[in-house]
Amino acid sequence: MNVLHFVTSFFTDGAHWSGYDGIPTRLLEHLTYSLEALGLAALIGLPVGLVTGHYGKGGNALTLLATAARALPTFGLLVLIVMVAGFGMLPVMIPLVVLAVPPILVTTYEAMRSVEPSPVDAARGMGMRESDILLRVELPVALPLILGGLRSAAIQIISTATIAAYVSLGGLGRYIVDGLYQHNYEKVVGGATLVAALALATLAVFWAAARAAVSPGVRQT
Amino acid sequence: MSGLDSPGNGLNPTVPPVESGRKSQTRRVFGVLIRIDSVTKRYPDGTVAVDRLSLDIPDGSITVLVGPSGCGKTTTLRMINRMVEPSEGTILIDGVDSRQQPVNTLRRSMGYVIQNAGLFQHRTVVDNIATVPRMLGWSKDKSRARARELMERVGLDASFAKRYPYQLSGGQQQRVGVARALAADPPVLLMDEPFSAVDPVVRKGLQDELLRIQEELGKTIVFVTHDIDEAVKLGTMVAVLRTGGRLAQFAPPAELLSDPADEFVEDFLGADRGIRRLSFFSSAGLELLTAPIVAIDATAEQLAARGATEAPYLLVTGLDGRPLGWSEPGGLTAGQIDAGQLLPYGRPFTAGQDSLRAALDCAVLSPTGWAVAVDAEGRAAGVVSQAAIGEAIRGAHAHAHAAGPEAAQKATTR
Ligand SMILES: Nc1ncnc2c1ncn2[C@@H]1O[C@H](COP(=O)(O)OP(=O)(O)OP(=O)(O)O)[C@@H](O)[C@H]1O
Ligand SMILES: [Mg+2]
Repeated sequence: MNVLHFVTSFFTDGAHWSGYDGIPTRLLEHLTYSLEALGLAALIGLPVGLVTGHYGKGGNALTLLATAARALPTFGLLVLIVMVAGFGMLPVMIPLVVLAVPPILVTTYEAMRSVEPSPVDAARGMGMRESDILLRVELPVALPLILGGLRSAAIQIISTATIAAYVSLGGLGRYIVDGLYQHNYEKVVGGATLVAALALATLAVFWAAARAAVSPGVRQT
Repeated sequence: MSGLDSPGNGLNPTVPPVESGRKSQTRRVFGVLIRIDSVTKRYPDGTVAVDRLSLDIPDGSITVLVGPSGCGKTTTLRMINRMVEPSEGTILIDGVDSRQQPVNTLRRSMGYVIQNAGLFQHRTVVDNIATVPRMLGWSKDKSRARARELMERVGLDASFAKRYPYQLSGGQQQRVGVARALAADPPVLLMDEPFSAVDPVVRKGLQDELLRIQEELGKTIVFVTHDIDEAVKLGTMVAVLRTGGRLAQFAPPAELLSDPADEFVEDFLGADRGIRRLSFFSSAGLELLTAPIVAIDATAEQLAARGATEAPYLLVTGLDGRPLGWSEPGGLTAGQIDAGQLLPYGRPFTAGQDSLRAALDCAVLSPTGWAVAVDAEGRAAGVVSQAAIGEAIRGAHAHAHAAGPEAAQKATTR
């Protein structure tokens, strides 16, 4: 029995397409956790990155913080928080957010720093407000890099959101965890394939978003 | 100029008609618009970039700040729009301390142009130019219409409107930068080495364009450069700064060239300041000889009559009156003049319009030592010898000396 066979039999089994353990439900759950985590991480990472990048201060502190956060083992954090706070959404969200904030924060900061100084100088010289300089001069130019940071954070979240299953929540991790427990490799492979597909779909979404949101005048690197 | 106190006044939505060039001529009795009063700038690291500088920048003209690298030109310019705050001293705009109004209001009343244009790469050319009008709350359509007018004003074809900055050459980008600075019709324009990153030919075009725009719109322009030729060409007044941010001399360019204040200024002006000064004397006073000019279809009698002129050579012109070249009088046979056999006549100067410098240059370049003068249509108007030009130069110097340096007017074309 090869992997391809597992994949086809998993997806052709009609039972996998409906009910509370069906693919649509699990996919939706997985997507919800991921979007929530990404949203929270962006809510923290974007403003901090934009503002520190704009003023050019605090870069070293940010990098230090980000490196420290990256060193935290996601699974360890999950277990720790479960022990402290019990089961629920919190132990899943915290590690995912901790995982996603550094790439968003650091790339946003770097993206803002990489904006050429002369348009900013010109904007300031023509009397543009500081907030407008940030949002209308720097952000549009930094956008491709910032979207890149969000994209890698999203991919990391999607592949890591499988941990939700360990704390009795749903998502695509369910298939993997249950499959391993039941020695049902068809399920394991099916779940993993779904996670990979979701990650690919995310890449496509970000590609489309960049095409739509980034001005054609901004040469992408 | 009360437009600065309430910038709304100065923001005329329509470009003043080109005829207003005449108006700016009559405004040549300048008032002081910007008064830099004993200003010092000490940067936090202790560098004194500008040292007790006092400068009265006249209204409606171009004032150039020039000097070696690091002498504080940029710092001085940026103190005018408060991009840099002076450590000591005050800057008065139209008699009012520049710190009296909100900094962004002040900046919006002054166009600002920098070296590499600093265009917004995510915005099209029209939207770049429309930035300040949009900031001032104009509608999108009105701002864009205004931007298109400005494109024409700075010599940019309308087809560039929808392009992005990366699709423009350096010179075109700089034109967009100037248009953007002019968009809300501010009374003051601050320019920091705006043309230093383009090649000499493009630079000359941009300089001519700036002089034309200034003529048409009568803006008060403060222009920073490290190029003395550019300073002399553009400046109504030129301030030479020395390293350490002190003023070495503040004078009209002709006076700068004739009476440098000290050795530093003299060195900075370079070795050929005498020749350059000739730019300020018109060629109108030159006595042009027409006797040595013959048409290519001249008859034998005409050629014989020309043989006795005081010029050792004859200038042959085409049937349209344009010069073709020089020949010795004996070398011409009626009906058989071969344009290919003539000596080249070099570059002619336009009589009355070009300066003595251009006339002298022609004479020096001409293989016969005689300069060819042409009229506005390019037809030969006369010829003049090096000796006659030398005479005119001595006469002009004597005249300028007697009348005082202020009397030395710029020739229209330099
Ligand atoms: N932000 C700053 N902090 C400290 N010193 C500065 C700062 N900006 C400029 N200086 C110094 O002040 C002096 C004047 O600088 P400024 O930029 O005004 O010179 P400049 O005449 O415009 O020179 P250039 O022709 O090279 O542009 C220089 O010695 C420069 O090193
Ligand atoms: Mg400078």
